[in-house]
Amino acid sequence: MSAQAAAQPAGSMQTEARPLTYADDAIRLFTIATVLWAFIGMAAGVFIAAQLAFPWLNFHEWINFGRFRPVHTSGVILGFGGNALLATSYYVVQRTCQTRLFGPNWFHILQFWLFQVVLLSAAGSYVLGFTQSKEYAEPEWIFDILITVWWVSYLVVYVGTLVKRKEPHIYVANWFFLSYIVAVAMLHTVNNISIPISLFSMHSYTVYSGVQSAMIQWWYGHNMVGFFLTAGFIGIMYYFVPKQAERPIYSYRLSIVHFWALIFLYIWAGPHHLHYTALPDWAQTLGVVFSVMLWMPSWGGMVNGIMTLSGAWHKLRTDPIMRFLVVAVAFYGMSTFEGPLMSIKEVNALSHYTDWTVGHVHSGALGWVAFVAFGAVYYLVPRLWRRTMHSVALIEVHFWLASIGILLYITAMWVSGITQGLMWRTYDENGFLLYTFSDTVAMLHPYYVTRFLGGVLYIAGVVVMMYNLYRTITGPIIARTSTPLGSAPKAGLTPAE
Amino acid sequence: MGKIERDPITGQYTTGHQWNGIRELRTPVPIWWMLVWIASIAFALVYVYLLPSIPLGDRTTAGATGYTARLNLEAELDAVRTARAEASAQLAELELSEIVADEELATLAFNGGRSAFGVNCMQCHGAGGGGQIGQFPSLIDDDWLWGGSLEDIWYSINHGIRNETLDARFALMPAYGDFYEQAEIEDVADYVLALNPSSPEHATRDQLPGAEMFDLECSACHGVNGEGGRDFGAPNLSDAVWLYGGEREEIVAQIINPRMGVMPAFGERLDEATIKMLTVYVHALGGGEDVASGETAALQ
Repeated sequence: MSAQAAAQPAGSMQTEARPLTYADDAIRLFTIATVLWAFIGMAAGVFIAAQLAFPWLNFHEWINFGRFRPVHTSGVILGFGGNALLATSYYVVQRTCQTRLFGPNWFHILQFWLFQVVLLSAAGSYVLGFTQSKEYAEPEWIFDILITVWWVSYLVVYVGTLVKRKEPHIYVANWFFLSYIVAVAMLHTVNNISIPISLFSMHSYTVYSGVQSAMIQWWYGHNMVGFFLTAGFIGIMYYFVPKQAERPIYSYRLSIVHFWALIFLYIWAGPHHLHYTALPDWAQTLGVVFSVMLWMPSWGGMVNGIMTLSGAWHKLRTDPIMRFLVVAVAFYGMSTFEGPLMSIKEVNALSHYTDWTVGHVHSGALGWVAFVAFGAVYYLVPRLWRRTMHSVALIEVHFWLASIGILLYITAMWVSGITQGLMWRTYDENGFLLYTFSDTVAMLHPYYVTRFLGGVLYIAGVVVMMYNLYRTITGPIIARTSTPLGSAPKAGLTPAE
Repeated sequence: MGKIERDPITGQYTTGHQWNGIRELRTPVPIWWMLVWIASIAFALVYVYLLPSIPLGDRTTAGATGYTARLNLEAELDAVRTARAEASAQLAELELSEIVADEELATLAFNGGRSAFGVNCMQCHGAGGGGQIGQFPSLIDDDWLWGGSLEDIWYSINHGIRNETLDARFALMPAYGDFYEQAEIEDVADYVLALNPSSPEHATRDQLPGAEMFDLECSACHGVNGEGGRDFGAPNLSDAVWLYGGEREEIVAQIINPRMGVMPAFGERLDEATIKMLTVYVHALGGGEDVASGETAALQ
């Protein structure tokens, strides 16, 4: 410790001639895009949920369920989640490294616009019928090449910033951000190797075939959840939870153990998406065991997040941002228990291909990913724009709309999924299947309506957030020097740099 | 770098690291967390021991249970076959009339038929056998194209209708648009509408201009009074049941260029016991008849 301290004497920052300024222009743009994509992605989600309940809504080829679903998944995962990860990773890496973002300001802004162009054009291509038919990897080859080049530029900026850091140690949030950037680069490249049918055609064929293709796809699909939506968002959690709670991280040791365990184990768990298929038995077995072993490493993040609140529990009563973050971590814990459970073949025999899977994904997506992102955005906006939050009460409204929305969504999907699974395997006294497939579809209708209503509540919360943030950003600027902010009720809602 | 401090709330020391105000405690890894993780690793090892798991080039470790998905499926299918062997043999062997006479066997056949119907038939005939107007006939009424006795139904299921197999039920209606003018066909349609006893023109239908053409072209198959002919799958035209629609223009369209349904020969796809179970089920849907039509008897 003392040797490290000597290598980088404390207080060296203050001796620099020029005060540190952060490159925040692109971060402001990414933050706005986060909120806009949340609306776009979730609006698409609510629409396709309505289509499942009311099939006549499939009235045009551009918006039929098959073409529109990837607009929802890409809009939420890559649009909302991606912009949130970019805003926060660029924000966090500068603060925790006490250095300015690597590369010129215009380059980060260029990155922002290129990212949005690729997202929008990929979404447009789905609607027009262009797809690789790989879940979460729908964009055709031309977009894949653009994304690869873009992603390398992200890695360069991120690692460049880490390299020129002024802090001797790299903060745990940055381990997670870096692991997600590196893993996504690998996943994206390997899964998207394909041969275009001609240089001037959008269409292509993947180089993998048969069960290998399925395995590569679910190695990708599972680890997009594992690294993009888990490791990346744990990175967000590790900065914004201690900041908002104003408490030290619960356990440094736990953060080391669960980080390495998580990234080592997650990458092998993909085969559990292919139980009872042509995938060889040995791969299915390993898909189960790596998923089960992953349970505690996942929970390490939850323990570290929630226990960081020791001594700050009272904030949950008054601070809706804190509540967003903590409820997110709780949903993370629930989903990462449910996941290993569903990966066990005997459980999977019931849950696979049912709405239970859809409910599981959304308890993670709505409960964990989106709540962390909302908490981080509410933390960031007043600080990035040097404004006072327009209304804390509206954050409260958003929190409750979203929470009730999630509950409606996931309980409807649990009930419909388990009912569906049970109906598929119900035999009569003579050993004949009791229900036809259409019986099970007819049964789903009320749950699909409930799910749609849950989605409507959830997106209503997003609209409240958009209004609140708009009023915040267009509100009066506050001077950098004045920290106590008049009537602002909590220090946590005011800029503090 | 910050300095190592003691956190007053938890009593833990900090690591001394500090990032933009964030510090970390040196709290040990929770014991319960380690224990549950070790337990999950133990579970994993047991799972690996019991099941095929470690790849060794062209094969894998077998697993203590000897389980493979293929063997497991085969065993499950065998179990079902064994459990049903007796009933299946009986169903295959007995006459349909004998099956429905035996209450226990008839129940089994009905249940099995309902299950098989849900897989093979409902795509066209609807979940309850109600058919789809304009496309596929209803199986729950007493209006049969090819006969509604057990034997008739069995033959229709087993050999199908207007398919490529030799024994399929087969009859075609000419496209009268090729031989007659539109006006003449419309006259016949008016006559067909008057075949229904509730039509105001029913009593005086012989005076309608289409009467002569109906007599010449249609009555051979559909009957003099439009009562239909099951030997040709010719529908009854004097009732209110219209597969392809009973409006005047729909009847005209059907005469000009008739639509005629097809059905696969399920005897090529399903075993004899299943065909008989389907027969019993469809016969029991509501319109089952007792006496076989002459054509079916002749074919058999």
